[in-house]
Amino acid sequence: MLNEIAFLLLASLTLAGAVAAMMLRNLVHCALCAAGAFAGLAALYLQLNAEFAGFAQLLVYVGAVAILIVFTILLTRGAEIQPGGTTASPSWWMGVPVGALVAACLVGSIMSSPSLLRLPSQNVQAPVKSIGEQLMTQYIMPLEAIGLLLTAALLGAVVIAMREPPKSEPAAR
Amino acid sequence: MSGLDQIFVGIGHGLAGWAPASVRPLVAAVLEIAGIMAVFGSCFALTTIVERKVLGRMQNRYGPNRVGPCGLLQPLADGIKMLTKEDIVPFSADKTVHFLAPLALTVPVWLAFAVLPFGRNMSAIELNSGILFFFAIGSASELAVFMAGWSSQNKYSLVGAMRAIAQMISYEVPLVLSTVPVLMLAGSLSLNDIVAAQGTYTFGGLARWNVFTPWGLAGLLLFLIAATAESNRSPFDLPEGESEIIAGFLTEYSGFKYALFFLGEYLGLFALTGLAVTLFLGGWHAPFQWLEWAPSWLWFGIKFGALIFLFIWVRATLPRLRLDQLLNFSWRFLTPLSLINLLVAAAWYWTGAWKSAAAPPVRWLLCAALIALPYHWLGQALRGASPPPRKYNYAE
Repeated sequence: MLNEIAFLLLASLTLAGAVAAMMLRNLVHCALCAAGAFAGLAALYLQLNAEFAGFAQLLVYVGAVAILIVFTILLTRGAEIQPGGTTASPSWWMGVPVGALVAACLVGSIMSSPSLLRLPSQNVQAPVKSIGEQLMTQYIMPLEAIGLLLTAALLGAVVIAMREPPKSEPAAR
Repeated sequence: MSGLDQIFVGIGHGLAGWAPASVRPLVAAVLEIAGIMAVFGSCFALTTIVERKVLGRMQNRYGPNRVGPCGLLQPLADGIKMLTKEDIVPFSADKTVHFLAPLALTVPVWLAFAVLPFGRNMSAIELNSGILFFFAIGSASELAVFMAGWSSQNKYSLVGAMRAIAQMISYEVPLVLSTVPVLMLAGSLSLNDIVAAQGTYTFGGLARWNVFTPWGLAGLLLFLIAATAESNRSPFDLPEGESEIIAGFLTEYSGFKYALFFLGEYLGLFALTGLAVTLFLGGWHAPFQWLEWAPSWLWFGIKFGALIFLFIWVRATLPRLRLDQLLNFSWRFLTPLSLINLLVAAAWYWTGAWKSAAAPPVRWLLCAALIALPYHWLGQALRGASPPPRKYNYAE
């Protein structure tokens, strides 16, 4: 009973954050609401006893992605509120069939998935340890590939951000 | 030994025992929360007066000495002043975000105390991934600082918030990396396991704290430097740099909200200090076997107080850095060193199998050289390089 109430509270908070992130006019408010939705998701993971996933979600999304979004908004100077106009784009109706399609796909696959069967819950001992062992043995190749990809992305970002000084200009004073 | 050692645990159990069985876990949790808030809340009050007294002493002046005997009631006077001051919200401020920012900073900081083991059987919750929880919760403070700076609609506030975020993100890398060797060698993310791993004694009854190993000593120093920066204390107090940007993201806050920011900052420092004690200084264990009779929470308190004094000392001694110095120091010096420290921890692990009698000192010196030489070379290389001439993009 207590569990259901907690779930409903967290789920409604997460959904409210997500909806507010789409509907609000001020971009910074949207970003903050999105961060709230991320935190709500993390709390939902924790409620499912997925400690590692919950903390990683909090660390990565609230700690890094939300900050990144906020910085992007400030650096592109999009935070000013435009008077008048709506938040929706003129072709908003295109989103309705797309959303319906995605929802149908998700509902279809979830309803046919075997994980809906209520199995007796297995108490996983020290899940962090087993996650680490799996990552270092069975999933070592994907892990390395992701590491390589992220390093490449990081270097690429540095190269893009580095502004080459024009050759003709005399050296700095 | 067990009587005084377990006195707080006993009191908690006794009080919770009065409650009906159905609400007993809830009552126990509330008691734990109340205990943590009371102890660290009064720690905050005490630290403000001790800090001002010690700063005064070190700078050859008196410090507060008017309120009560020797000025000891100064925190009370400050508290009343903060509570009764007018709460000013700027006309153009974003009211909601301006209101939420101090809460968003203070609440996660309180949560971080939940996983710290303050004594034997004295941690509020025991998590398998306690240290991950600590850092995950701590990462919320960056967003709170941004909220404070942006919602004030003030240039100084925004500049201060941007400085604070840049600094926090940069120093989070060495902060987290310096804790990784401890986790690797303890083989656990749980803070209780890490304390237990440091609970044995070697020759002469000396404790096996991590700080007595080369990687532990280097890790503790890296951790303390990064913790100073994370909690925006001098010499890394640029986000508030009074002489440049008034008070940074705090500029437009007054009264109780300002007090909340102040509280959040000190509590963040306390939490990081508690983590340093847990990871490197043996947690609640005594330094020598023959000192084990003293209660475990007393040992935690002594180490905690010593580190807080160290932070105050550093604040009294060092001047403020410049922003580019600050960021270069983190990315070019601390981060490489903490990566090298990982290798030192690996070397320590693999040389642990050496059996000969001369092995311990040789092993210690070898690992110490592995971290000391890169420290020296890196320092020399960075000192020799003259910084590139400064370029002003906007201030021509």
